[in-house]
Amino acid sequence: MMTEHKNIHNIASVQNRTDAVEAAFEKHGFKPAEFIEDFKHLAEEKWIPENGARVVAKAWVDPSFRKSLLTNGRQAILDMGLTMPAHHRHLVALENTSTQHNVICCTLCSCTAFSIIGLPPDWYKDLEYRARIVRESRTVLKEMGLDLPNDVEIRVWDTTTDTRYMVIPERPAHTSGWSEERLASIVSKDAMIGVARL
Amino acid sequence: MDGMHDMGGKQGFGRVRYSPEAKVFHEPWEVRANALYSLAVKLGIVNMDEYRYAIERMEPRHYLSASYYERSLTSVATLFVEKEIFTLHELEQMAQGAFPLSAPGVPGRKNLAMREEINLHDRVRVSSDFVAGHVRMPAYIRGKCGVVVGKSPAYPFPDAHAHGVEAENEPTFDVQFRSEDLWPHSTDSALVHVGVFHSYLEKVNVQF
Repeated sequence: MMTEHKNIHNIASVQNRTDAVEAAFEKHGFKPAEFIEDFKHLAEEKWIPENGARVVAKAWVDPSFRKSLLTNGRQAILDMGLTMPAHHRHLVALENTSTQHNVICCTLCSCTAFSIIGLPPDWYKDLEYRARIVRESRTVLKEMGLDLPNDVEIRVWDTTTDTRYMVIPERPAHTSGWSEERLASIVSKDAMIGVARL
Repeated sequence: MDGMHDMGGKQGFGRVRYSPEAKVFHEPWEVRANALYSLAVKLGIVNMDEYRYAIERMEPRHYLSASYYERSLTSVATLFVEKEIFTLHELEQMAQGAFPLSAPGVPGRKNLAMREEINLHDRVRVSSDFVAGHVRMPAYIRGKCGVVVGKSPAYPFPDAHAHGVEAENEPTFDVQFRSEDLWPHSTDSALVHVGVFHSYLEKVNVQF
């Protein structure tokens, strides 16, 4: 019935194509339905930026944890009870300072430490961010609402391997004396990507 | 491959479509597409490098017009058809329409046989190779020099792993480049760090 010619008027909707792949998985015994439910749960309730926010807050208040995080990020977050997929073998925490600002991206696809900082937002995976952030970092950040002073050096990190990065934002001055929990409540996904400051 | 996916430094794109409340998923099918790819990896049918390579092999117009999750879906469907788990005909019957898959792949390659020892703070040059198959070296660093600032544990070598070629695992190095060296006279000033596999690097012996 269908030919292999790519007649653009004849392409099934992406929804139908998803249904087809799911049905083919089912037909060949891969039991997708249960996995999809589990995956939704992970995506919505486990791979959330609150994980990374806890990491950041702990690094702010606990110097020995900060040291472990900077030395071996993966081990430090595992010790907190957080998880990373097996293929993410290395986590590098990037500390912002008053003179250095870090920002992460993936120009080749959309790699992120998603189990720690949450699944990447739509714009992170989009063509504009991937094409421009490495080359026009200051301009792009400014367009996104982060106008960095000229004396702040920008460090862009392109996630081209299975090493993962997270930005440790600067602790805001007005948070002196706050509990770790309260500190975690102000740390956003965008700050851990490095397109926002706190 | 010098594919459409290799976006770093491409010009002509406008503002990032940014919102602080940006969503991860917009439609229910996107979650399912993402889950199906994740299941394929979990079952060991597809590895991450095969998955990425099958996205890179999408016809460029399709790549650019597809959403992120459509690319995931296309990759999984392509790999399952290539691995003869199900057929394109089967998919198209169920989808009630054409199901565009990625273009066929080419053979992969092994690690560089002789890899010099590389240490933190070493000055390195990225290989000038043009690689027909899967490679995780973005074109914007080809032949460029930088400084090593980090080293990872050993990972599967993507140029082999995406193609079913046996190869050694090898570390990657976080290499720091000056944006002005990558795009002279045509960039915002910054330090750009790229994770680079050992096989893509050679040491530069600085002589005074």
